[in-house]
Amino acid sequence: MSTKSYDAGVKEYRDMYWTPDYVPLDTDLLACFKCTGQPGVPRDEVAAAVAAESSTGTWSTVWSELLTDLEYYKGRAYRIEDVPGDSESFYAFIAYPLDLFEEGSIVNVLTSLVGNVFGFKALRHLRLEDIRFPIAYIKTCGGPPAGIQLERDRLNKYGRPMLGATIKPKLGLSAKNYGRAVYECLRGGLDMTKDDENVNSQPFMRWRDRFEFVGEAIQKAEQETGEKKGHYLNVTAATPEEMYKRAEFAKEVGSPIIMHDFLTGGFTANTGLANWCRENGMLLHIHRAMHAVIDRHPKHGIHFRVLAKCLRLSGGDHLHTGTVVGKLEGDRQSTLGFVDQLRESYVPEDRSRGVFFDQDWGSLPGVFAVASGGIHVWHMPALVTIFGDDSMLQFGGGTQGHPWGNAAGAAANRVALEASVKARNQGREIEKEARDILTEAARTSPELAIAMETWKEIKFEFDTVDKLDVG
Amino acid sequence: MSMSNEMGDFKTAHTLETFGFLPKFTQEEIYEQIAYLISQGWTPAIEHEHPSQSNNHYWTMWKLPMFGEQSLEKVVGELEACRRAYPDHHVRLLGYDNYTQSQGTSFVVYEGRA
Repeated sequence: MSTKSYDAGVKEYRDMYWTPDYVPLDTDLLACFKCTGQPGVPRDEVAAAVAAESSTGTWSTVWSELLTDLEYYKGRAYRIEDVPGDSESFYAFIAYPLDLFEEGSIVNVLTSLVGNVFGFKALRHLRLEDIRFPIAYIKTCGGPPAGIQLERDRLNKYGRPMLGATIKPKLGLSAKNYGRAVYECLRGGLDMTKDDENVNSQPFMRWRDRFEFVGEAIQKAEQETGEKKGHYLNVTAATPEEMYKRAEFAKEVGSPIIMHDFLTGGFTANTGLANWCRENGMLLHIHRAMHAVIDRHPKHGIHFRVLAKCLRLSGGDHLHTGTVVGKLEGDRQSTLGFVDQLRESYVPEDRSRGVFFDQDWGSLPGVFAVASGGIHVWHMPALVTIFGDDSMLQFGGGTQGHPWGNAAGAAANRVALEASVKARNQGREIEKEARDILTEAARTSPELAIAMETWKEIKFEFDTVDKLDVG
Repeated sequence: MSMSNEMGDFKTAHTLETFGFLPKFTQEEIYEQIAYLISQGWTPAIEHEHPSQSNNHYWTMWKLPMFGEQSLEKVVGELEACRRAYPDHHVRLLGYDNYTQSQGTSFVVYEGRA
């Protein structure tokens, strides 16, 4: 049905892309942007511009538009809301039809939604706050290679959070000395250890040598403790070919898990590696270097809840989420908001946690939340309360800074964890009774007693920069 | 399980996963953990295995899982019956969670004498 005629020139975006009467479809991909326009530009024009530039529109009308049905393909700005406590910004809600996106491609979704539009001159700032992925799209994504349930079954870890540590110093150890540090942590009671994110394959320790020594460390610790152990061998590399080569060798040396940096490595690499892990029975730990560049500014960029959702779809079995209590940025309610997105099968809208949409995850497996960064034994009761059992509590200095070394530090972590879980199961309020619970446990664990003495004064009490929007 | 520490030496122990680093539970503490398991809506179940085979995923089941069981005494009674029948085996209690299709918890209650 061709009833339109070609009218060259520049039209206002809102004529076509501001549709306040539109009722979103269940199959639409919905997005909420926090917009800060240039002074004098009306809100509906800004919202419409965002919808247009992130979907079908360009700045000038073109004749070839008339060869298709843009009413079918266009994104629509359908709602505008005030941002509580902020008069210069507003939320724009935009609905995108499903056919705008290639199946199973987070790369394609992000290239549209956070592409050119972020440099648009009519905007001073723009932040993607949340995406509602329709279940129809979710069913096209592979998701976590294993997921929480399968990882627990493979590793025989039930009824508690898992414990890990990032091997320190971050850089400079030889492969054999590095494997020693791993072995000491694992025999002392940690479930897994981790390559630091910037450990790839530097001159002081090439990846192949590291993988071999770490493989031996894992096997020895498993034999001696009767427990399953692992080390996230970081396969992040300069090229996909190199990444897969390292992944194959990690499997060969017997590690149950490998690691990738999903933002610096990119979603293409991440999705491919997740598929490889699924086909090879390997777990995938995901680090998030570069996230704070993207997500920390309250008015510009992408909120981490969006990156977390994208990772669950692209694929990963663990994702770093911050600790709330440690050395790195993270508001408690907001953190709980995206931890839900990683683990639950349905998350309802909850503005008090920064969740803008109902999100149905269907049958997609869950991702373990990783709490990492500046945590130690005194934090354990709070961490168990905040993150619950489906989490990986990831220490660094809080294990290896123990006066008696890594094994004793690991044992202190494990005793503190198990004492907290035992007390929680007994019905005690473990965050309030933290001191009593840890002091009782330390009576039979000299390792914990020394750890408590070592870190008793260390706190990280700075206000968060990126807060939830409240009036 | 014993953990000794003399002048900072940490002796590796065969700890067998959850609660392996705590002192052996008293009878009352075992009851408390069973009560938690049941309150979560999980199904208590018992498994046992000779220590030489304890690295396997599968241990031998002691009877069937106790579907719908609410009595702490009955669960403890079965744990003790299992230990009497297999005194040299490890005996563990687990809670089947049919929502996650996994186990909500699992820990060794008695260690084999081997």
